[in-house]
Amino acid sequence: MEPMIEFKDFSFKYRAQKEPTLRDINLKIMPGEKVLIVGPSGSGKSTLAHCVNGLVPFSYSGDITGTLRIGGKNPADLGLFGLSKIVGTVLQDTDGQFIGLTVAEDIAFALENDNVPQEDMFVKVDEIAELVDVKKLLENAPRELSGGQKQRVSMAGVMVDDVDILLFDEPLANLDPATGKRAIDLIDQIQKKKKTTILIIEHRLEDALYRDVDRIIVVGEGRIVADTTPDQLLVTDVLKEQGIREPLYITAIKHAGCQIHAEDKPMHMETMKMDRYRDKVRDWFDRTEGKAARPEAPSALKVEDLYFSYVEGRPILQHIHFDIKKGEMVSIVGKNGAGKSTLSNLICGFYKPTRGTIFLNGKDVAPLSIKERGEKIGLVMQSPNQMISKPMIFDEVALGLTVRGVPEEEIKERVYRTLKICGLYPFRNWPVSALSFGQKKRVSIASILVMDPEVMILDEPTAGQDYRHYTEIMEFLKEINETLGITIIMITHDMHLMLEYTDRAIVIADGHLIADDTPAKVLTNETIADKAYLKKTSLYDLALGCGIDNPSEFAERFIAYEREKKKETALAEEKTDG
Amino acid sequence: MAKILSYEEKDTWIHRLSGVTKLIFFLLWCLTSMLTYDTRILVTMVVLALIIFKISRTEWKQVGAVFKLVLVFLVFNVFAIYIFSPDQGTAVYGTRTVLFHIAGRYDVTKELLFYELNVVIKYFTVIPAVFMFLVTTNPSEFAASLNKIGVSYNIGYAISIALRYIPDVQGEFTKIKHAQEARGIEMSGKASLISRIKNTSTIIFPLIFSSMDRIDVVSNAMELRGYGKHKKRTWYMGKKLQRNDYLAIAFTVAFSVVALAITFADGSRFYNPFV
Repeated sequence: MEPMIEFKDFSFKYRAQKEPTLRDINLKIMPGEKVLIVGPSGSGKSTLAHCVNGLVPFSYSGDITGTLRIGGKNPADLGLFGLSKIVGTVLQDTDGQFIGLTVAEDIAFALENDNVPQEDMFVKVDEIAELVDVKKLLENAPRELSGGQKQRVSMAGVMVDDVDILLFDEPLANLDPATGKRAIDLIDQIQKKKKTTILIIEHRLEDALYRDVDRIIVVGEGRIVADTTPDQLLVTDVLKEQGIREPLYITAIKHAGCQIHAEDKPMHMETMKMDRYRDKVRDWFDRTEGKAARPEAPSALKVEDLYFSYVEGRPILQHIHFDIKKGEMVSIVGKNGAGKSTLSNLICGFYKPTRGTIFLNGKDVAPLSIKERGEKIGLVMQSPNQMISKPMIFDEVALGLTVRGVPEEEIKERVYRTLKICGLYPFRNWPVSALSFGQKKRVSIASILVMDPEVMILDEPTAGQDYRHYTEIMEFLKEINETLGITIIMITHDMHLMLEYTDRAIVIADGHLIADDTPAKVLTNETIADKAYLKKTSLYDLALGCGIDNPSEFAERFIAYEREKKKETALAEEKTDG
Repeated sequence: MAKILSYEEKDTWIHRLSGVTKLIFFLLWCLTSMLTYDTRILVTMVVLALIIFKISRTEWKQVGAVFKLVLVFLVFNVFAIYIFSPDQGTAVYGTRTVLFHIAGRYDVTKELLFYELNVVIKYFTVIPAVFMFLVTTNPSEFAASLNKIGVSYNIGYAISIALRYIPDVQGEFTKIKHAQEARGIEMSGKASLISRIKNTSTIIFPLIFSSMDRIDVVSNAMELRGYGKHKKRTWYMGKKLQRNDYLAIAFTVAFSVVALAITFADGSRFYNPFV
């Protein structure tokens, strides 16, 4: 059989870059295969995908050596439009990919461009809408859809073309965990029904493996580092070396001192054979210590009986109450649109609550203006591009002080001090545009930090970041939290984040507070996880599979152990550096 | 969020008409109203426009705010005519019947009042037609219509995609504005107008940058799905002309011809009750 995609000694260099982004790629993907491509940011995995859908070299030009065949044909002969008949791409940003004014039009977009007669379009759109289960939504506008629904529409939009290859660019990035699970399931069903070749690019390996894949290709520094079955891959240390997070249950089993064997089928926790590992994991659990309890601290931010609605009778938030102590790191979680952002808007004073009170250090904040609250409660938005408004780093960080009329000398001193904390001091005279995304994120955090807030709220601080950048940002926040004693609240749907970095999770579902507990307890409680569109952690299944009857304590000890190890490696690195 | 002057799905025969028909009606209607000063025709047009407006089941909240704005312009227009050209009525109708004197060259004449009345009526013939056109025409279908009457589909699609992203950009604007306000940039009435204008830049720049990210994604998405492949494209939302469309077009054309014929029958486009 002829391969669907074949790279032979393929290299690619973007025009603006010195070094090739892809080197010596040799890769064959057969028709009907389902392949997962993983790799850290900047590894070249997105470029690899762009070579398949034609954005390289038709939109992003550069030099190609070696050969590439898609469906047996040379992409150069097919052109971008010819390729679009073979390869359908579902982009990461499903919001941006949504072009039509309604679902039906968006699905029909490719057909319209192909001059398909209107009557045929009606039939085809109905048929595809049925397949991805959006038939009821055909008349709806994009803003009326949830993230998961938008993604289904995106899928339908590329599938109308009867493509042979479906390419998913980080399909999980913008979805809450439960919706992500459904997306992976839908991709699986499509592949089974239509025998389409599927490529999934994703760095959330554990979530992507919710359904079987045939192969995983690991890309690192522009080369293919591994090309093997999931079972084989999980046995090795390749993922760790490349800075990709292993499934948590695999890490836990490895911590327990076990060597994992491919024949035990480690791809899914539910079906993995546990005989070899059970006792060792249990032993490890017994001898590992949990997290030390945090000493009682005074209240930093307290919310009492909070209600909010735009329209009377249609409440967005109801009876929300919690008490966050000084110096805590807390996550606010729940499915997209559950009211998390509304809550932070209320705390910052952008909206006024219909009922209820918010206290900062025991004082009602209602009389404070947005600006006055902003001095005590800092808000960092999801994307630094949403905040940065000055061309120079210094000016950007100084902005909050300048508008408050702080004397120039003091501004300089405070900005420099903040830049040092954020590791940006060497760049103080640089333009913002010269920074990487992660550095820009730091600038946006610095511009809040400079005002010495007591509480900092971050909206999805790690969205779209790979494991390395995620760790970098989160360790930085942890440091701020520990050294400066700033209370940190994060709005997120990243379960790893809440589990690893926060002491408490406030769970909101459909406008109600449904849990306020340790993340380990929340993520091992099926009812709560279901209601809030979270996914219970695989550590839960591992604990049960090993006969440990306290899964949340197991998760707790796992996280404490991980932190301890991280500290050790950090210390070791410092020693070697010094 | 308030949806002012935007399309709303309703089931009336006006909504079911093709965008082409409504566009032709709209253009001819405005042209006729612009050319004629024949009060009899104008009054007929107002009555017809109001009937059509009623049939289209347009609600006050869809158009009220804009209507008030137009009224302000109308009042301004009426006063401007009087201030700059108090004898416009006499110039048009040839007679001068003074009702009372104000000051200097400013008299109030019957002719002027009649002329101003015609101007006001003209406004009221066009306003319902504009509103009706905007709120009953699906933007995608309108793009399809433009394309059908020979306008490049790029223009039609540009309009349609702008409409698609307006709510997104509005949402983004609010978010950025909030975040900058929290950083201490005053956008409320407390700050002076000049500093508010200056402060707008702290919202506009981030908005431009995040919109640029969006544009990149959208243009890639469009290309990947074959936009611009052929010189022509078809439209999912396009409507074929039906019997009602032909009737409506025929009526519009006939009405315009008759209206203009009556208007110009005596060689002047003004109806003159004074001679």
